[in-house]
Amino acid sequence: MGYFELIIACIFVNNILLAQFLGNCPFLGTSKKMETATGMGMAVIFVLVLAGTITWLIYTYVLVKFDLVYLRTIVFIVVIASLVQFVEMFLKKSIPALYAGLGIFLPLITTNCAVLGVCVLNIDKEFTFMQSLVASFAYAAGFALALILFAGVRERILLARVPKPLQDTSIGLVTAGMIALAFYAFKGMV
Amino acid sequence: MAKSIVQEFTKGLWEQIPPFRLVLGICPALGVSTSVENALGMGMAVTFVLAGSNILISLLRNVIPAKVRIAAFIIIIATFVIIVEHLMQAYTYELFLTLGVFIPLIVVNCIPLGRAEAFASKNGILPSAADGLGLGVGYTLSLCALGALREILGNGTLTIWGDLGYNLTSVFPSFQPFAFMLQAPGAFIGLGLMLCVINAISK
Repeated sequence: MGYFELIIACIFVNNILLAQFLGNCPFLGTSKKMETATGMGMAVIFVLVLAGTITWLIYTYVLVKFDLVYLRTIVFIVVIASLVQFVEMFLKKSIPALYAGLGIFLPLITTNCAVLGVCVLNIDKEFTFMQSLVASFAYAAGFALALILFAGVRERILLARVPKPLQDTSIGLVTAGMIALAFYAFKGMV
Repeated sequence: MAKSIVQEFTKGLWEQIPPFRLVLGICPALGVSTSVENALGMGMAVTFVLAGSNILISLLRNVIPAKVRIAAFIIIIATFVIIVEHLMQAYTYELFLTLGVFIPLIVVNCIPLGRAEAFASKNGILPSAADGLGLGVGYTLSLCALGALREILGNGTLTIWGDLGYNLTSVFPSFQPFAFMLQAPGAFIGLGLMLCVINAISK
Protein backbone atom coordinates (compact mmCIF):
# COMPACT_ATOMS: atom_id res chain seq x y z
CA MET A 1 0.00 0.00 0.00
CA GLY A 2 1.40 3.39 -0.99
CA TYR A 3 1.59 6.28 1.43
CA PHE A 4 -1.20 8.19 -0.28
CA GLU A 5 -3.65 5.29 0.06
CA LEU A 6 -2.52 4.81 3.65
CA ILE A 7 -3.29 8.44 4.48
CA ILE A 8 -6.73 8.33 2.84
CA ALA A 9 -7.49 5.01 4.56
CA CYS A 10 -6.47 6.28 8.00
CA ILE A 11 -8.18 9.67 7.81
CA PHE A 12 -11.46 8.77 6.10
CA VAL A 13 -12.11 5.06 5.57
CA ASN A 14 -10.93 3.77 8.94
CA ASN A 15 -11.50 7.01 10.83
CA ILE A 16 -10.32 6.34 14.34
CA LEU A 17 -13.39 7.82 16.02
CA LEU A 18 -16.22 7.03 13.69
CA ALA A 19 -15.20 3.67 12.20
CA GLN A 20 -12.91 2.15 14.85
CA PHE A 21 -14.61 3.61 17.93
CA LEU A 22 -11.43 4.68 19.71
CA GLY A 23 -11.14 7.85 21.76
CA ASN A 24 -14.84 8.40 22.29
CA CYS A 25 -14.58 9.77 25.84
CA PRO A 26 -12.73 12.95 24.77
CA PHE A 27 -14.87 12.98 21.63
CA LEU A 28 -18.01 13.41 23.71
CA GLY A 29 -16.30 15.33 26.53
CA THR A 30 -14.42 18.07 24.70
CA SER A 31 -16.74 18.67 21.77
CA LYS A 32 -19.13 21.15 23.34
CA LYS A 33 -17.11 24.15 22.20
CA MET A 34 -15.15 24.68 19.02
CA GLU A 35 -12.11 26.03 20.89
CA THR A 36 -11.69 23.02 23.18
CA ALA A 37 -12.26 20.67 20.25
CA THR A 38 -9.50 22.36 18.22
CA GLY A 39 -7.14 22.31 21.23
CA MET A 40 -7.77 18.64 21.89
CA GLY A 41 -7.37 17.77 18.19
CA MET A 42 -4.00 19.53 17.98
CA ALA A 43 -2.78 17.96 21.23
CA VAL A 44 -3.70 14.49 19.96
CA ILE A 45 -1.88 15.04 16.65
CA PHE A 46 1.21 16.19 18.52
CA VAL A 47 1.30 13.34 21.05
CA LEU A 48 0.15 10.58 18.73
CA VAL A 49 2.92 11.16 16.17
CA LEU A 50 5.50 11.00 18.97
CA ALA A 51 3.88 8.04 20.75
CA GLY A 52 3.30 6.05 17.56
CA THR A 53 6.94 6.27 16.45
CA ILE A 54 8.48 5.81 19.91
CA THR A 55 6.38 2.76 20.79
CA TRP A 56 7.21 1.27 17.37
CA LEU A 57 10.94 1.72 18.04
CA ILE A 58 10.67 0.25 21.55
CA TYR A 59 8.60 -2.69 20.35
CA THR A 60 10.94 -3.54 17.47
CA TYR A 61 14.29 -2.90 19.10
CA VAL A 62 13.62 -3.82 22.74
CA LEU A 63 10.60 -6.07 23.16
CA VAL A 64 11.06 -8.27 20.10
CA LYS A 65 14.82 -8.44 20.54
CA PHE A 66 14.66 -9.58 24.17
CA ASP A 67 11.57 -11.76 23.65
CA LEU A 68 9.36 -9.65 25.93
CA VAL A 69 6.44 -9.24 23.52
CA TYR A 70 3.93 -10.33 26.17
CA LEU A 71 4.68 -7.14 28.12
CA ARG A 72 3.47 -4.98 25.23
CA THR A 73 0.37 -3.51 26.88
CA ILE A 74 2.07 -2.51 30.11
CA VAL A 75 5.17 -1.11 28.38
CA PHE A 76 3.11 0.94 25.92
CA ILE A 77 0.93 2.52 28.59
CA VAL A 78 3.96 3.42 30.71
CA VAL A 79 5.74 4.88 27.67
CA ILE A 80 2.68 6.95 26.73
CA ALA A 81 2.14 8.21 30.27
CA SER A 82 5.76 9.27 30.71
CA LEU A 83 5.90 10.73 27.20
CA VAL A 84 2.86 12.90 27.94
CA GLN A 85 4.45 14.06 31.20
CA PHE A 86 7.72 14.81 29.41
CA VAL A 87 6.04 16.70 26.58
CA GLU A 88 4.13 18.75 29.13
CA MET A 89 7.30 19.74 31.00
CA PHE A 90 9.18 20.46 27.77
CA LEU A 91 6.42 22.68 26.38
CA LYS A 92 6.02 24.54 29.67
CA LYS A 93 9.70 25.40 29.68
CA SER A 94 10.50 26.04 26.01
CA ILE A 95 7.29 26.87 24.12
CA PRO A 96 4.97 28.54 26.68
CA ALA A 97 2.59 29.79 23.97
CA LEU A 98 1.90 26.26 22.75
CA TYR A 99 1.66 25.04 26.34
CA ALA A 100 -0.98 27.64 27.11
CA GLY A 101 -2.97 26.37 24.13
CA LEU A 102 -2.65 22.64 24.72
CA GLY A 103 -2.00 22.68 28.48
CA ILE A 104 -5.13 21.25 30.03
CA PHE A 105 -5.61 18.67 27.27
CA LEU A 106 -2.24 16.99 27.61
CA PRO A 107 -2.85 15.01 30.85
CA LEU A 108 -6.17 13.81 29.43
CA ILE A 109 -4.37 12.17 26.53
CA THR A 110 -2.82 9.46 28.70
CA THR A 111 -6.21 7.83 29.07
CA ASN A 112 -7.31 8.57 25.51
CA CYS A 113 -7.67 5.11 24.04
CA ALA A 114 -7.05 6.43 20.53
CA VAL A 115 -3.38 6.89 21.44
CA LEU A 116 -2.79 3.40 22.83
CA GLY A 117 -5.11 2.01 20.15
CA VAL A 118 -3.08 3.43 17.26
CA CYS A 119 0.20 2.26 18.82
CA VAL A 120 -1.21 -1.28 19.09
CA LEU A 121 -2.73 -1.14 15.58
CA ASN A 122 0.63 -0.09 14.08
CA ILE A 123 2.16 -3.25 15.55
CA ASP A 124 -0.76 -5.54 14.72
CA LYS A 125 -0.77 -4.43 11.08
CA GLU A 126 3.01 -5.00 10.90
CA PHE A 127 3.78 -1.51 9.60
CA THR A 128 7.35 -0.41 8.86
CA PHE A 129 8.77 2.61 10.69
CA MET A 130 7.79 5.08 7.96
CA GLN A 131 4.34 3.55 7.64
CA SER A 132 3.70 3.85 11.37
CA LEU A 133 4.86 7.47 11.32
CA VAL A 134 2.51 8.29 8.45
CA ALA A 135 -0.36 6.22 9.87
CA SER A 136 -0.04 7.80 13.32
CA PHE A 137 -0.21 11.26 11.81
CA ALA A 138 -3.13 10.38 9.53
CA TYR A 139 -5.14 8.70 12.30
CA ALA A 140 -4.60 11.73 14.53
CA ALA A 141 -5.60 14.07 11.71
CA GLY A 142 -8.75 12.01 11.23
CA PHE A 143 -9.45 12.30 14.96
CA ALA A 144 -9.05 16.09 14.83
CA LEU A 145 -11.19 16.35 11.71
CA ALA A 146 -14.07 14.32 13.18
CA LEU A 147 -13.84 16.15 16.52
CA ILE A 148 -13.94 19.60 14.93
CA LEU A 149 -16.82 18.66 12.59
CA PHE A 150 -18.72 17.23 15.55
CA ALA A 151 -18.10 20.32 17.69
CA GLY A 152 -19.48 22.50 14.90
CA VAL A 153 -22.69 20.48 14.78
CA ARG A 154 -22.95 20.37 18.56
CA GLU A 155 -22.69 24.15 18.91
CA ARG A 156 -25.77 24.41 16.70
CA ILE A 157 -27.64 21.78 18.73
CA LEU A 158 -27.30 24.00 21.80
CA LEU A 159 -29.70 26.39 20.10
CA ALA A 160 -32.26 23.70 19.32
CA ARG A 161 -35.00 22.53 21.67
CA VAL A 162 -34.13 18.92 22.41
CA PRO A 163 -36.57 16.66 24.35
CA LYS A 164 -35.46 16.29 27.96
CA PRO A 165 -34.43 12.59 28.01
CA LEU A 166 -32.43 13.04 24.80
CA GLN A 167 -30.38 15.97 26.08
CA ASP A 168 -26.60 16.12 26.37
CA THR A 169 -24.78 12.82 25.84
CA SER A 170 -27.76 11.08 24.29
CA ILE A 171 -28.28 13.58 21.46
CA GLY A 172 -24.48 13.75 21.17
CA LEU A 173 -24.30 10.04 20.41
CA VAL A 174 -27.13 10.21 17.88
CA THR A 175 -25.40 13.16 16.17
CA ALA A 176 -22.14 11.24 16.14
CA GLY A 177 -24.08 8.42 14.46
CA MET A 178 -25.19 10.81 11.71
CA ILE A 179 -21.60 11.97 11.14
CA ALA A 180 -20.47 8.34 11.13
CA LEU A 181 -23.11 7.72 8.46
CA ALA A 182 -21.50 10.45 6.34
CA PHE A 183 -18.04 8.93 6.84
CA TYR A 184 -19.51 5.52 6.03
CA ALA A 185 -19.74 6.69 2.44
CA PHE A 186 -15.94 6.48 2.20
CA LYS A 187 -16.07 2.74 2.85
CA GLY A 188 -14.63 0.71 0.03
CA MET A 189 -12.66 3.64 -1.37
CA VAL A 190 -9.29 2.11 -0.57
CA MET B 1 -21.96 -4.90 57.00
CA ALA B 2 -23.37 -7.76 54.95
CA LYS B 3 -26.18 -5.54 53.77
CA SER B 4 -23.83 -2.80 52.63
CA ILE B 5 -21.81 -5.30 50.59
CA VAL B 6 -24.99 -6.37 48.80
CA GLN B 7 -25.71 -2.70 48.18
CA GLU B 8 -22.24 -2.13 46.73
CA PHE B 9 -22.93 -4.99 44.35
CA THR B 10 -26.45 -4.01 43.30
CA LYS B 11 -25.68 -0.34 42.72
CA GLY B 12 -23.70 -1.38 39.65
CA LEU B 13 -26.74 -3.08 38.18
CA TRP B 14 -28.99 -0.04 37.89
CA GLU B 15 -28.15 2.97 40.04
CA GLN B 16 -24.67 3.47 38.56
CA ILE B 17 -24.83 1.12 35.58
CA PRO B 18 -21.99 1.81 33.14
CA PRO B 19 -21.85 3.08 30.42
CA PHE B 20 -25.20 4.83 30.92
CA ARG B 21 -25.12 6.32 34.42
CA LEU B 22 -21.36 6.36 34.60
CA VAL B 23 -20.50 7.69 31.14
CA LEU B 24 -17.25 5.74 31.02
CA GLY B 25 -16.07 2.93 28.79
CA ILE B 26 -17.99 4.02 25.72
CA CYS B 27 -15.44 2.95 23.10
CA PRO B 28 -15.62 -0.83 23.68
CA ALA B 29 -19.38 -0.56 24.18
CA LEU B 30 -19.63 0.78 20.64
CA GLY B 31 -16.92 -1.37 19.14
CA VAL B 32 -17.78 -4.87 20.31
CA SER B 33 -21.57 -4.75 20.53
CA THR B 34 -22.19 -6.15 17.04
CA SER B 35 -23.47 -9.38 18.61
CA VAL B 36 -24.47 -10.63 22.04
CA GLU B 37 -21.64 -13.16 21.96
CA ASN B 38 -18.92 -10.51 21.53
CA ALA B 39 -20.59 -8.29 24.11
CA LEU B 40 -20.66 -11.13 26.63
CA GLY B 41 -16.99 -11.95 26.06
CA MET B 42 -15.92 -8.33 26.40
CA GLY B 43 -18.11 -7.85 29.48
CA MET B 44 -16.57 -10.85 31.21
CA ALA B 45 -13.05 -9.66 30.43
CA VAL B 46 -13.83 -6.23 31.88
CA THR B 47 -15.47 -7.80 34.97
CA PHE B 48 -12.38 -9.88 35.64
CA VAL B 49 -10.05 -6.90 35.32
CA LEU B 50 -12.32 -4.67 37.38
CA ALA B 51 -12.79 -7.14 40.23
CA GLY B 52 -9.11 -8.17 40.25
CA SER B 53 -7.73 -4.64 40.17
CA ASN B 54 -10.23 -3.45 42.79
CA ILE B 55 -9.24 -6.24 45.19
CA LEU B 56 -5.50 -5.75 44.71
CA ILE B 57 -5.68 -1.97 44.95
CA SER B 58 -7.76 -2.12 48.11
CA LEU B 59 -5.21 -4.54 49.60
CA LEU B 60 -2.35 -2.19 48.73
CA ARG B 61 -4.17 1.07 49.45
CA ASN B 62 -2.12 1.81 52.58
CA VAL B 63 1.18 0.99 50.87
CA ILE B 64 0.86 3.04 47.68
CA PRO B 65 2.12 6.63 48.17
CA ALA B 66 -0.55 9.18 47.25
CA LYS B 67 1.71 11.02 44.80
CA VAL B 68 2.30 8.11 42.46
CA ARG B 69 -1.05 6.40 42.96
CA ILE B 70 -2.35 6.90 39.41
CA ALA B 71 0.77 5.34 37.91
CA ALA B 72 0.56 2.46 40.39
CA PHE B 73 -3.13 1.89 39.59
CA ILE B 74 -2.45 1.85 35.85
CA ILE B 75 0.30 -0.73 36.26
CA ILE B 76 -1.92 -2.96 38.41
CA ILE B 77 -4.75 -2.70 35.90
CA ALA B 78 -2.37 -3.36 33.00
CA THR B 79 -1.16 -6.52 34.75
CA PHE B 80 -4.69 -7.88 34.95
CA VAL B 81 -5.31 -6.93 31.33
CA ILE B 82 -2.25 -8.89 30.25
CA ILE B 83 -3.51 -11.91 32.22
CA VAL B 84 -6.92 -11.70 30.53
CA GLU B 85 -5.30 -11.20 27.12
CA HIS B 86 -3.28 -14.38 27.48
CA LEU B 87 -6.15 -16.42 28.95
CA MET B 88 -8.36 -15.44 26.02
CA GLN B 89 -5.63 -16.13 23.50
CA ALA B 90 -5.22 -19.61 24.98
CA TYR B 91 -8.83 -20.67 25.52
CA THR B 92 -11.12 -18.54 23.33
CA TYR B 93 -8.91 -17.76 20.35
CA GLU B 94 -11.74 -16.82 17.95
CA LEU B 95 -13.25 -14.37 20.42
CA PHE B 96 -9.74 -12.99 21.01
CA LEU B 97 -9.40 -12.29 17.28
CA THR B 98 -12.85 -10.67 17.03
CA LEU B 99 -12.32 -8.37 20.01
CA GLY B 100 -8.81 -7.59 18.74
CA VAL B 101 -7.46 -4.23 19.80
CA PHE B 102 -10.22 -3.72 22.40
CA ILE B 103 -8.68 -6.21 24.84
CA PRO B 104 -5.39 -4.34 25.43
CA LEU B 105 -7.49 -1.20 25.49
CA ILE B 106 -9.24 -2.25 28.71
CA VAL B 107 -6.23 -0.53 30.34
CA VAL B 108 -7.45 2.85 29.17
CA ASN B 109 -11.12 2.00 29.49
CA CYS B 110 -11.87 4.55 32.19
CA ILE B 111 -14.01 2.23 34.37
CA PRO B 112 -11.23 0.29 36.20
CA LEU B 113 -9.15 3.43 36.78
CA GLY B 114 -12.20 5.41 37.82
CA ARG B 115 -13.26 2.76 40.36
CA ALA B 116 -9.71 2.42 41.66
CA GLU B 117 -9.52 6.14 42.32
CA ALA B 118 -13.06 6.67 43.56
CA PHE B 119 -13.71 3.47 45.50
CA ALA B 120 -11.02 0.79 45.91
CA SER B 121 -8.38 3.18 47.23
CA LYS B 122 -10.71 4.20 50.06
CA ASN B 123 -12.52 0.99 51.02
CA GLY B 124 -11.81 -2.51 52.35
CA ILE B 125 -11.41 -5.67 50.32
CA LEU B 126 -14.97 -7.03 50.48
CA PRO B 127 -16.80 -3.82 49.50
CA SER B 128 -14.22 -3.20 46.75
CA ALA B 129 -14.67 -6.70 45.36
CA ALA B 130 -18.46 -6.28 45.46
CA ASP B 131 -18.18 -2.88 43.78
CA GLY B 132 -15.94 -4.25 41.02
CA LEU B 133 -18.10 -7.30 40.40
CA GLY B 134 -21.33 -5.29 40.47
CA LEU B 135 -20.14 -2.68 37.99
CA GLY B 136 -18.60 -5.41 35.83
CA VAL B 137 -21.85 -7.36 35.70
CA GLY B 138 -23.79 -4.14 35.04
CA TYR B 139 -21.42 -3.29 32.18
CA THR B 140 -21.83 -6.80 30.77
CA LEU B 141 -25.62 -6.45 30.90
CA SER B 142 -25.51 -3.07 29.12
CA LEU B 143 -23.20 -4.42 26.43
CA CYS B 144 -25.44 -7.47 25.93
CA ALA B 145 -28.56 -5.30 25.68
CA LEU B 146 -26.92 -3.09 23.06
CA GLY B 147 -25.54 -6.18 21.30
CA ALA B 148 -28.98 -7.81 21.25
CA LEU B 149 -30.60 -4.63 19.90
CA ARG B 150 -28.04 -4.30 17.14
CA GLU B 151 -28.03 -7.98 16.22
CA ILE B 152 -31.83 -8.31 16.13
CA LEU B 153 -32.36 -5.15 14.09
CA GLY B 154 -29.27 -5.53 11.94
CA ASN B 155 -29.41 -9.22 11.19
CA GLY B 156 -32.76 -10.46 12.46
CA THR B 157 -31.10 -13.16 14.56
CA LEU B 158 -29.88 -13.70 18.10
CA THR B 159 -26.82 -15.90 18.56
CA ILE B 160 -25.24 -16.91 21.85
CA TRP B 161 -22.78 -19.73 21.27
CA GLY B 162 -24.95 -21.43 18.67
CA ASP B 163 -28.07 -20.03 17.05
CA LEU B 164 -31.03 -19.84 19.40
CA GLY B 165 -33.28 -20.56 16.43
CA TYR B 166 -34.72 -17.12 16.91
CA ASN B 167 -35.35 -15.35 13.67
CA LEU B 168 -37.25 -12.14 13.29
CA THR B 169 -38.20 -12.86 9.68
CA SER B 170 -40.17 -15.94 10.78
CA VAL B 171 -42.21 -13.78 13.17
CA PHE B 172 -42.61 -10.81 10.85
CA PRO B 173 -42.27 -12.09 7.28
CA SER B 174 -41.98 -8.58 5.87
CA PHE B 175 -39.04 -7.68 8.16
CA GLN B 176 -35.98 -6.42 6.34
CA PRO B 177 -32.77 -6.30 8.42
CA PHE B 178 -31.27 -2.82 8.80
CA ALA B 179 -27.72 -3.71 7.82
CA PHE B 180 -26.57 -0.30 9.03
CA MET B 181 -27.30 -1.23 12.66
CA LEU B 182 -24.33 -3.60 12.51
CA GLN B 183 -22.07 -0.86 11.16
CA ALA B 184 -20.49 2.11 12.94
CA PRO B 185 -23.42 4.56 12.63
CA GLY B 186 -25.83 2.04 14.15
CA ALA B 187 -23.62 1.69 17.22
CA PHE B 188 -23.71 5.42 17.99
CA ILE B 189 -27.43 5.81 17.29
CA GLY B 190 -28.33 2.61 19.19
CA LEU B 191 -26.38 3.67 22.28
CA GLY B 192 -27.79 7.21 22.09
CA LEU B 193 -31.37 5.95 21.92
CA MET B 194 -30.81 3.46 24.76
CA LEU B 195 -29.41 6.28 26.90
CA CYS B 196 -32.51 8.32 26.05
CA VAL B 197 -34.83 5.45 27.11
CA ILE B 198 -32.94 5.00 30.40
CA ASN B 199 -33.09 8.75 31.08
CA ALA B 200 -36.81 8.71 30.40
CA ILE B 201 -37.44 5.74 32.72
CA SER B 202 -35.43 7.15 35.60
CA LYS B 203 -37.18 10.54 35.51
